[in-house]
Amino acid sequence: MNASALSKPNQVRVLSMEAVSKAFFDVPVLKNVSLQLVAGQVLGLVGENGAGKSTLMNILGGVVTPDSGTIELAGAPYVPDTPLLARQRGIAFIHQELNLFANLTVAENLFITGFPKRSKLWPMVDRAAMRKRAAELIAAVDLETTPDTPLANLSPGERQLVEIAKALSIDARIVIFDEPTTSLSVRETERLFALIERLREEGRAIVYISHALDDVMRLCDTIHILRDGAVVASGPTSTFTKASMVKAMVGRDLERLYPARKSAVQSENVLEVKGIRREGIVENIAFELKAGEVLGIAGLMGSGRSELARILFGIDPADAGTVSIAGKVLLNRSPAASIEHGMAFLTENRREEGLLMEFDVAQNVSLAALPRFAEGFSGVLSSEKLALSIKESALSVSIPESKLGRKMGDGLAVRTLSGGNQQKVVLAKWLLTKPKVFVLDEPTRGIDVGAKYEIYERIDVLAHSGAGVLVISSELDELIGICDRIMVMRHGEIVGSFGREQFDRERLLAFAFEGKQSQ
Amino acid sequence: MMALLNILTQSSVLLIGATGMTLVLLTAGIDLSVGSIMFISAVTAGKLLSAGQSVGVAFLSALVVALIYGAINGFFVVRMRVMAFIVTLSTLYIGRGFGLWATETRAMNLPDSIGALGSARFLGLQFPVWVAAIVVVGAHVWLSRTQSGRQLYAIGQDREAARKAGIPVARLDSVVFLVCGLLAGLAGFVAIAQVGVVSPSLGTQRELSMIAASVLGGTSLFGGRGRVFPGTVVGALLITSVEATLNTMNVDPYLYPLVTAGIIFGAVAIDSFRNQQALRRALRRIRPLRA
Repeated sequence: MNASALSKPNQVRVLSMEAVSKAFFDVPVLKNVSLQLVAGQVLGLVGENGAGKSTLMNILGGVVTPDSGTIELAGAPYVPDTPLLARQRGIAFIHQELNLFANLTVAENLFITGFPKRSKLWPMVDRAAMRKRAAELIAAVDLETTPDTPLANLSPGERQLVEIAKALSIDARIVIFDEPTTSLSVRETERLFALIERLREEGRAIVYISHALDDVMRLCDTIHILRDGAVVASGPTSTFTKASMVKAMVGRDLERLYPARKSAVQSENVLEVKGIRREGIVENIAFELKAGEVLGIAGLMGSGRSELARILFGIDPADAGTVSIAGKVLLNRSPAASIEHGMAFLTENRREEGLLMEFDVAQNVSLAALPRFAEGFSGVLSSEKLALSIKESALSVSIPESKLGRKMGDGLAVRTLSGGNQQKVVLAKWLLTKPKVFVLDEPTRGIDVGAKYEIYERIDVLAHSGAGVLVISSELDELIGICDRIMVMRHGEIVGSFGREQFDRERLLAFAFEGKQSQ
Repeated sequence: MMALLNILTQSSVLLIGATGMTLVLLTAGIDLSVGSIMFISAVTAGKLLSAGQSVGVAFLSALVVALIYGAINGFFVVRMRVMAFIVTLSTLYIGRGFGLWATETRAMNLPDSIGALGSARFLGLQFPVWVAAIVVVGAHVWLSRTQSGRQLYAIGQDREAARKAGIPVARLDSVVFLVCGLLAGLAGFVAIAQVGVVSPSLGTQRELSMIAASVLGGTSLFGGRGRVFPGTVVGALLITSVEATLNTMNVDPYLYPLVTAGIIFGAVAIDSFRNQQALRRALRRIRPLRA
């Protein structure tokens, strides 16, 4: 069926993107990507996290502007500028996080940028016409609700139908779905697929972005695979298997990107997690982390990795379960208690949570460890001891001495340092608290390859000194390169745990996607 | 009946300003400068009236000055992306300082022409009540019956989603600060028409009463929720009634702020509680729902 759609002689090309490139802060995310859409076809866009799928579609939808390249829409040039322009040109973008407003009614959400009006001159909304049109659109997507129902009363699946009805309201020629099934039940997913099938029959072009490879195989006529911002494979669905898609997605060879591991896993548990659950977020989390061990957590975006880290560190509460550090159960869990018992947490977002950007290196390094240097009853800081420890800590993560400044507060503001050096400052800060457990959430995000290598070396040194290190990363290669063991998360659960000898990129990815091994 | 009419008349100025404040709060913004805009507009009108200009010229000039302040607020918040709290705190001091300098901190007695306007009646209702009624009806129709009005609710609910949905967020934000400034200026003009004097303390801390009236009427400080009618109208009447009651009971005037503070605190606490419940309902789910 899919192949026959391709071979139809009178294909109408509705969109053509040629050599589109985009860089964020000099980091290229799209490199000369070309793509064509044909009326009445579904194009599947797959790739690892950060491969550039969403950026490509955000360009089409007017959310971000491309640096270079040309786009033609139905034969006429199209310069995406704003989401509104994209809508006016017949492009509907159904984002993963729906752009709907819970405080408005279903009808109002449908017409938020184009209410039916009484007349051209009189700006009042024609409510009767709005209800009538809305009722038609709601019926067209088989949604069982009324135009005046508050959106807040609808389930995630029903809200998505509202977003699709919105696409119908502008008679969109192109409908983009970004991860549409992540918050849907099985039944709602089936309903969505039937609807997509109908949109296709009506002659609309559809882009379907998803991590669910089975769905992609089932729905799409053609598939484009993106890796590192470039199209690495494309063709009719019949030319792909799930295994070949995964292979094309991960592709690259591992060179000497990772240092040799020196540390050895010891027998003593530094972290024990039992039965952690939080309603709707994570379920049944249990694992142990040993001294000297580097344990990775892999999983897709939105699989609950970062949320788990926040719960472990005590930022977010858990409904049940215990966390013990070095054999001691933490009774009242909070970030302060976690630090006191020897846990360190490097957040995903250095800029927002980990560092004070206007303060200098020494001030930042000293932050978490200040209580250790407060002397006696008065709690006055012992500045000499502190300065010495800061220097020691900074040098041990190879922050250049030139960046330190002679006195505390004298040095360069952390803002002026590179991403790699900033990350080292965060590491130095936590080293000063002598932690037994490190939780690193995306420690190398946005860092160049050289600096990454240094961070990997530091992780090994941490483990060598007897600490346990928990690393969360979206880059599977990175985890394979540095970890002793990798756990895979999916839908808030740990679905697999693999020792070094079992590391296999495709197998791990299969668990992340499917929760089991494919085939 | 007479008492109700009195409360209506007394609450008019607050209601006009609070309507503008409600608009800003709906978009999850804030405008602390409204009290000062009231003052500077009143000073402008007062100076012109004292110089022998007509009421009409004074009225229009007062509104123009208010619009300029609204435009300044909007420019810094929307274009320069400075927090609304900081911007409007600055314009609060600029407006107050400017007005005090222009009046040499002395009260200005105004000619009878404006006082006559203030006490003029039409169908039994005084001029301030009519102005407030027109403002409330206009704002209510805008918010509930027009596209841009409904879009304000969307912006207050989720600014980023509103942008992605194609709503002209920057333009509407600017419009809201302009309208809020304009209504504050109008409130200032109505206030001097009512009392016939521009006193140096005119409008002082009125921004807080306006916020209180909005929040008491159910408008959320977090944006996206609230109505001018009946909400803000009820809030303004309530606050005015409380003040009037304190007055007739001969309560020490120094205790008024305590009572007002208590009301504001209660309203904000309820708002915060409701918002937390809304957030809990909207919590992001990772685990799939069962079919």
